[in-house]
Amino acid sequence: MNKFDVIVIGGGPAGLGAAVEAARLGARTLLLDENSRPGGQLFKQIHKFFGSKEHYAGTRGFDIGENLLKEAASLNVVLKLDTRVWGVFPGGIVTAYCGEKGLKFEGKTIILATGASENVLSFPGSTLPGVITAGAAQTMVNLHRVLPGKKFVVVGSGNVGLIVSYQLKQAGAEVLAIVEALPQISGYAVHAAKVKRAGVRILLSHTVKEAIGEKILEQVILCKLDSNMKPIAGTEFTLDADTLCLAVGLNPRVELAALCGCHLIYSPVLGGMMPWHDENMCTSQSRILVAGDLAGVEEASTALDEGRLAGLSAVQKLGLRNFKEVDDEMQKIKDRLTKLRQGPFGEKRQLAKQGIISMKIPKESCL
Amino acid sequence: MAHIEEHPILGTMEKKKYVTVKVDGREIQGIEGEPIAAALLANGIKIFRFTHKFNEPRGLFCGIGQCTDCVMEVDGVPNVRTCVTPIREGMEIKTQHGFGKESTYE
Repeated sequence: MNKFDVIVIGGGPAGLGAAVEAARLGARTLLLDENSRPGGQLFKQIHKFFGSKEHYAGTRGFDIGENLLKEAASLNVVLKLDTRVWGVFPGGIVTAYCGEKGLKFEGKTIILATGASENVLSFPGSTLPGVITAGAAQTMVNLHRVLPGKKFVVVGSGNVGLIVSYQLKQAGAEVLAIVEALPQISGYAVHAAKVKRAGVRILLSHTVKEAIGEKILEQVILCKLDSNMKPIAGTEFTLDADTLCLAVGLNPRVELAALCGCHLIYSPVLGGMMPWHDENMCTSQSRILVAGDLAGVEEASTALDEGRLAGLSAVQKLGLRNFKEVDDEMQKIKDRLTKLRQGPFGEKRQLAKQGIISMKIPKESCL
Repeated sequence: MAHIEEHPILGTMEKKKYVTVKVDGREIQGIEGEPIAAALLANGIKIFRFTHKFNEPRGLFCGIGQCTDCVMEVDGVPNVRTCVTPIREGMEIKTQHGFGKESTYE
């Protein structure tokens, strides 16, 4: 009963993509997620996606999530929610707990799609209530319809910082400034133009010096940075804000991959430590595949396609279908991924990915 | 601060069932099933716990159950992640001090 061809851990876009593809080609598929609702961070993406039609351009994140859930259900993917995986053991044994109950599953292949965590930033006062991650603000506003504050300052002008600022404005909050340490905006020009039109100022070459408040955040002290990113004395100024959102990047959640003995590598472009993987999302452990932000922090569309690729790759490993037939489908996804990794932002990721894939890593199989 | 009733993308909020819970003895209302943290923020409560060593206030941080900064005592159980724990009628929620009342750490 608890034996599966493919066990997918993590039900975000990558995990859903993987589960849908594996199940579509006939693999008995289990999808585990620690949350009470699948979809990962898709349901808080209320903006329209970019890219081509097959990447759902023009569709909002939550609609993409709904469609994937329907697809997974129609393909009989076994979905276990509120289930936290705590171990993976030899023989493909996956152990989890659901509430206080312990669960055990067995998978011929395991796809890890555990996503990423938001980075933190340290400065005096950074632990005050009111200093939160941009993702937390997005979750509260877009999923739960609660504004965590009234007056916001956002640190980081990457896409997350820009989009969250705009969404805070949409929800009726005041965004006093977006603070960026670099001398230029880090995210897409389209998003930047949108927040600027909404009346948010973007302070380049600035950083947070200190967060002040007796018990909760009351003020944020900002200062200017010189060309070496060092604070310039005397340039400090104060904004009265009750919430400071940190949008300073993400890092892959490698705990389970590390536990599985997957060979880890370091890629600054893709978010830090991550499991090495080949072009088919296979890791150094023969049974384990990875996809999505865990395999390098990118965006939802790439995560979804990487998930699909991993799902097909698992089916190919299991020999459930004609090798060539699956190979052709995989090639189509690889081509789409290459298209997604174009332009000034995508190119760096494409190069980083290629670098990882071309590394020579000893294949092991302790699981 | 309450819930966002009207939203340009999300539309008008559906009618929801409200529940009453106690926070440090004081009654507040939340929407059934929303995370405890969301209900607290909607009621203007931002301090969820105080740290063990320096008694510093902490509140919501990551919002998706990863950082454990938002833990509180819920129905006598310490270290409950309020950002991913759904709120239910009659819950007794308490600001957590240190590791919580059942802790044996010193």
